[in-house]
Amino acid sequence: MMNGVMTARPVIAARNLKKYFGGFAAVDDVSFDVPKGICFGMLGPNGAGKTSTIRMIYGFSPISSGSLFVFGEDIQTRARRVKSRIGVCQQENTLDPDLTVMQNFEVFARYFNLNEKTARERAENLLRFFALEQRRQARATELSGGMVRRLMIARALINEPELLILDEPTTGLDPQSRHQLWERLEHLKRQGMTILLTTHYMDEAARLCDDLLIMDGGKILTRGSPQALISAHTGENIIEVAEPDDALRDFARRSGVRQEDLGHRLIIYAENGHELYRELCGRFRHETCVLRSATLEDVFLRLTGRELRE
Amino acid sequence: MKEGLSRRFISVWRRNLTVYRESWKVNFLPPLLEPLFYLLAFGVGFSGLINGVRYDGVDVPYPRFIAPALIAINIMNNAFFENTYGSFVRMYYQKTFDAMMATPLNAEEIITGEIVWGATKSLIGTLIMLAVISVFGLVNYPMALLIVPAAFLGGFAFGSLAMIFTGMVRTIELFNLPIFLFITPMFLFGGTFFPTANLPLWAQQVAWILPLTHLVDLSRELAFGRFGGEALVALCYLVVFCAVTYPLAIYVMRRRLIK
Repeated sequence: MMNGVMTARPVIAARNLKKYFGGFAAVDDVSFDVPKGICFGMLGPNGAGKTSTIRMIYGFSPISSGSLFVFGEDIQTRARRVKSRIGVCQQENTLDPDLTVMQNFEVFARYFNLNEKTARERAENLLRFFALEQRRQARATELSGGMVRRLMIARALINEPELLILDEPTTGLDPQSRHQLWERLEHLKRQGMTILLTTHYMDEAARLCDDLLIMDGGKILTRGSPQALISAHTGENIIEVAEPDDALRDFARRSGVRQEDLGHRLIIYAENGHELYRELCGRFRHETCVLRSATLEDVFLRLTGRELRE
Repeated sequence: MKEGLSRRFISVWRRNLTVYRESWKVNFLPPLLEPLFYLLAFGVGFSGLINGVRYDGVDVPYPRFIAPALIAINIMNNAFFENTYGSFVRMYYQKTFDAMMATPLNAEEIITGEIVWGATKSLIGTLIMLAVISVFGLVNYPMALLIVPAAFLGGFAFGSLAMIFTGMVRTIELFNLPIFLFITPMFLFGGTFFPTANLPLWAQQVAWILPLTHLVDLSRELAFGRFGGEALVALCYLVVFCAVTYPLAIYVMRRRLIK
């Protein structure tokens, strides 16, 4: 019975969580649970409140109001206990540039009161897991962008955390590095690790996340699995028409499907778009019409708008 | 987050020690060469101009007079520069504190580890300088050995002061201001190269308020082999100075680190 209760308890439980900076609400009344063993995504444009939210989860920022429990412990009073069970990979490179790869592990392990032997053993395993064993003695400043990211994540795993928090882990990486990192993260997920991830890449979220929420202006706009969000907000297919003329606009409007007119581009959201696409191509110039599957990016843009944020 | 200070601050101190050891050869040079340069310039170069200094009613040879002051200046500089420029680079450019804040460490432990590290650098510098100065027979043992713990106390005082500035400045260039306003005047007028008694009364009073004056007093008394009323006053001043600046440094840095 006791066991059942333990496993059912969410890893993260946020209720009416708020974060103010002066009078500005960076996180504005957010509530969500993250169950154990999933990869949970937080998406949103810059300034949406993602980083502010995760900073409260790993005890970096005090919460302004509401409640936040991690592993069933109140982050406001038990931050140290919680932090010892979390691994965090922050957005910026926070490696020690004067030290070697191995020394970075050793120094970091001491913050968790790990002894030297344990630290070295774990570091060796992590170096192998992240394909860094050849660079053991390299200085952190000599590593490529992809290696820096891998080392940051590897270092975050030195305390064998139950929750791994990744703040935009693949920003600025080349496609090879991104795919390699995704594979490693999927491997960790299979081992039962709970992962909390923020990202600007919708393909990344769609591939890795079992469940995600989209935030904007400090509030949660929607939550669900990538596929469920696509079905709910855009439908299966998208027809994009470049440079639509008035006749086509009229036709689209009369057909009664959800659409967005961007001036030089018309976007039509359709549950089953094949028929409509054929009709459009038959009646109008077909080379400017494209039929494709809806993606998370369409959901994201539809919900958060297309205006620039900065 | 209100979990206070624990022994974990030592891991922050050890991080800095690990980095220091990577470049120890370069780090050892300044405290080794600086006293030699000063003793050469002031001891030999000035020897025709200054025969001795009247200090506490006795004539003291000039090199004997400035040697303990050079140690005190070194204590001040080591801790002050470590906890301004050094700490600022770690905080602002290297994001070292951000990484630490995501581990079981809290802000108090990070700042304490930094200040204790600054004091440790003062202590290391003092050991090297004492060795050099002893070769010239300019200090009286065994009393002069007490300069070593005094170096840690003085380093803690100047490191705490430095950390307050680190918690306040927006850019690294702004450290010029406290250096120009505090460090340089103390270096010149803190009883270092001439006794404060040579100053007009108002300037003597200003000098008395400043921490370096007391660190020089303490260092000089111990180097002369004495531990009397003057050394005790200096010691008390430095303890009180730490008791004010250290909590203030924690307060200012917490406000900066915890967003």
